[in-house]
Amino acid sequence: MAADYVALLPAAEVLVTALVVLLLDLFTPAGEKEPLVWTSIAGLALAGWLAFHFRGAEGAFENTLLLDRFAVFFILVFVAVAALTILTSVDYVRESAIREGEFYALILLSAAGMIVMAAANDLILFFLGLETMSIAVYVLAGMWRARAESAEAAMKYFLIGAFATGFFLYGIALIYGATGTTHLARIADALRGSQVPLLFAAGVFLLLVGLAFKVAAVPFHFWVPDVYDGAPTPVTAFMAVAVKAAAFAGWARIFLYEWSPLRDEWGPAVKALAILTMTLGNVLAVTQSSVKRMLAYSSIAHAGYLMIALVAGGEMGGQALLFYVASYAAMTLGAFGGLAALKADNREADAYADFAGLGYRRPFLAMAMSLFMLSLAGFPPLAGFTGKFYLFSAAVASGHTDLAIIGVLNSLVSVYYYLRVILMMYMEEGGVDAKTFRNAPYLYTAVAVAAVATVYLGVLPTSALDASVGAIASLR
Amino acid sequence: MTGLSLLVFLPAVGAVALLLVPRGAVRVLFSVAFGVSLIAFLLSLCVFSRFDPNTAGMQAVERAAWIPAYGIEYIVGVDGLSLFLVLLTALIMPIAILASWTIHDKVKEYLFFMLVLETGMLGTLVALDLFLFYVFWEVMLVPMYFLIGVWGGQRRLYAAVKFVIYTMAGSLLMLVAIIFLATRNYQVTQTLTFNFQQLANLRLPFHEQMWLFLAFALSFAIKVPLFPLHTWLPDAHVEAPTAGSVILAAILLKMGTYGFIRFAIPLFPEAALAAAPYIMALAVIGIVYGAMVAMMQDDIKKLVAYSSVSHLGFVMLGLFAFNLQGAQGAVYQMLNHGLSTGALFLIVGMIYDRRHTRMIADFGGLWKQMPLLSAVFLIVTFSSIGLPGLNGFVGEFLILLGAFGAHPGWASIAATGVVLGAMYMLWMFRRVVFGPLARPENRLMPDMSPREIAMLAPLVALIVLMGVYPQPFLSRIKGSARLALERVEAQAMATPLVRVESAGEGSNRGR
Repeated sequence: MAADYVALLPAAEVLVTALVVLLLDLFTPAGEKEPLVWTSIAGLALAGWLAFHFRGAEGAFENTLLLDRFAVFFILVFVAVAALTILTSVDYVRESAIREGEFYALILLSAAGMIVMAAANDLILFFLGLETMSIAVYVLAGMWRARAESAEAAMKYFLIGAFATGFFLYGIALIYGATGTTHLARIADALRGSQVPLLFAAGVFLLLVGLAFKVAAVPFHFWVPDVYDGAPTPVTAFMAVAVKAAAFAGWARIFLYEWSPLRDEWGPAVKALAILTMTLGNVLAVTQSSVKRMLAYSSIAHAGYLMIALVAGGEMGGQALLFYVASYAAMTLGAFGGLAALKADNREADAYADFAGLGYRRPFLAMAMSLFMLSLAGFPPLAGFTGKFYLFSAAVASGHTDLAIIGVLNSLVSVYYYLRVILMMYMEEGGVDAKTFRNAPYLYTAVAVAAVATVYLGVLPTSALDASVGAIASLR
Repeated sequence: MTGLSLLVFLPAVGAVALLLVPRGAVRVLFSVAFGVSLIAFLLSLCVFSRFDPNTAGMQAVERAAWIPAYGIEYIVGVDGLSLFLVLLTALIMPIAILASWTIHDKVKEYLFFMLVLETGMLGTLVALDLFLFYVFWEVMLVPMYFLIGVWGGQRRLYAAVKFVIYTMAGSLLMLVAIIFLATRNYQVTQTLTFNFQQLANLRLPFHEQMWLFLAFALSFAIKVPLFPLHTWLPDAHVEAPTAGSVILAAILLKMGTYGFIRFAIPLFPEAALAAAPYIMALAVIGIVYGAMVAMMQDDIKKLVAYSSVSHLGFVMLGLFAFNLQGAQGAVYQMLNHGLSTGALFLIVGMIYDRRHTRMIADFGGLWKQMPLLSAVFLIVTFSSIGLPGLNGFVGEFLILLGAFGAHPGWASIAATGVVLGAMYMLWMFRRVVFGPLARPENRLMPDMSPREIAMLAPLVALIVLMGVYPQPFLSRIKGSARLALERVEAQAMATPLVRVESAGEGSNRGR
């Protein structure tokens, strides 16, 4: 039946766009690659529209690929993040002599993988999406070929990623051995009422390790600083936001819903991971001298906050997770966008000192950057605060007040290093020369969109909150 | 949007309007900011004129749904506790902007943050939903961080970061407490709300109250600041530009004491009662310690900063006496301190602008050179030490009266703080203003300019008015103060642990 494949449409559409971009690349002269940007963004927008239009459509491939509201929520986040990443990259890519056609196509390919991850209701299908996404991102990390760090980042990311994939796949194998299926709902059925087999528990553990690698939870985080630091800044933003969000989409669908009866088995482990991740991420971020590395560690810390929602569980936990993913996407993309606006000769302009005096030379950029920093630190009335408020509410409501307290203490630590960026921008002199700013209308558009989203989600969170309520309700 | 909301958000609108003014048009920037803050002051007078002195509850209430899924509402209102603090805030802001006329660097950003700060402060004072309150509470923080960090003195960066981290440390735990309180309320009543008046009806077990009270109290005590959480204050006060110090002293510190009587005490009466002896003890230590440290300062600004620790100790003492005199005196003293310490910081700023030093030893004999400023300085000094006939006396007297009723021992020690206060203030005044005009540099100092007179005149007028005719103020405070103490008093009657004098009608004996 044709209707059977409606759920596949968004992912397929993005894949096709990627191929179109590759073809188009052959026919556009160097230096005039703007049509590629618009094609990519139009393709992503269409995918978002398709997902939204066909939400609630019948599942494809015997219900292994769903287009429920949960999937749609994440698909919309992914296409928005991918589009903003492309806008952020336009000038960056051109100046770094990165091949533009391949770059955009790879972003689209990995977005297609993410869409499959959000929609997958089967472990194998989820794994296919995960690999599509990951392989594209491995290449993206190494695309600034003139820079040794970029190659190093790609190599490290690939090796660690392959390692994590091994864990994940082995977990699937054990779960299949224990239950005879890889379909999430059927696995839950198979386990209902019976003692959890040891084989299954081991499989779950391996799955958790694999996901923990992907979201960069401590102690599986050690690759993050080098990889995030070495990759081109827009790619780092894409990894920190989209890749993480995709892994959390899977994590939420698998653990929050299908296997929520098994909470006693995995709950304490995730709680310990959450505490470790928040604390280590924040403490290490304090010691960084590069803003890019600071943002890398901060993304680890934020993965820890997101895991609070997984521990809290229930409807509130799920809603808080989704809302925070959206908030985190807006503010983190914006922060990396601001970072990408700075440039220096023969190096990335990513030291704190490079931001000195920015507030008076690029007032609007600095103002947006301040918004992102304040939001990341959790100041109201910005997205980061509202998101944290929901996270901590979910934690308290589920009886995990200790997690909420550890969470706020971590926020306090984070205030120090986020404010340091603001301090440099407004309270110090010097920094990079005015003429070495990227004069990049695309980039500034992306930053402006992220800034508006950061304020909007903070001040008027109701619409996004309603969307996440609907998304979580669709999992039931 | 009418009334209170208009008052609260007008400065923020003005701040956005400032962004549209070109950077170089300094006069326009100042005029816009000053005009906006002046209109806000007029609006606050409208609120005052519509205020019914015979109503103890909330007035001019406005509410609207904000985040229905979490039961969060936009609710604002004033009562006798917040009314005068709102007026004080609206009055201090135009004065602070006048005081900033000497700022030449990055004027646009400076005025932007001043106006945002005003919205944050006014919002904090009128918010009746705990979530809304928390939002405004944090909104106050960021502009002050910039004001200290960008336009401050030598160690501004250190002071700014310390200020933010200290304040955040308290407020973040308060956030968890707010969430916990709302969650418990939901579990008991099945309604999710952050409306503090509804939450105040919840009776939690003692140990839960205690934890929640501690979280709230920590946040407020840091802001007050209560000894030993005061160490951020000298740094922030001394490093902040004049207007920043004025706002910090006159308004921001009051947010802590206001938080206690508005939220912490009515929400957790049993815990507040149990904690009262300890808080009173810390308040008294703060009174004496602040006074002693102030006495030893060489820097006038630092001296005034430490005097705040001592004065705010009195306010805390009055609040935790849990009787009407104490509470009325505490609220009154908040206003007094705002006026007198605000004026002191303005005067210090004026002297500093002329000589670029604040060391007591660099001055002497100023009376001969600048008689007008010295006369105003004298009145403000007398107000600060509580001379009868000026406002400080009324407040301190009521507080000590209330404190004697609750705890004669602590009150006696606190009374020595009054003497110490007179000593350090008068000693400083004598060294700066009297004596021979020894230093030649000081002979060039001009007396007050019309702008400076305009800044100090309203403050001096209020200092005198509130000293000779406190009735209109006290009568408006009374009903709301009694309401705030209602539950804790009822609790105290039931427990013989703490003796509380019944709050009779003789509450205006202070006159």
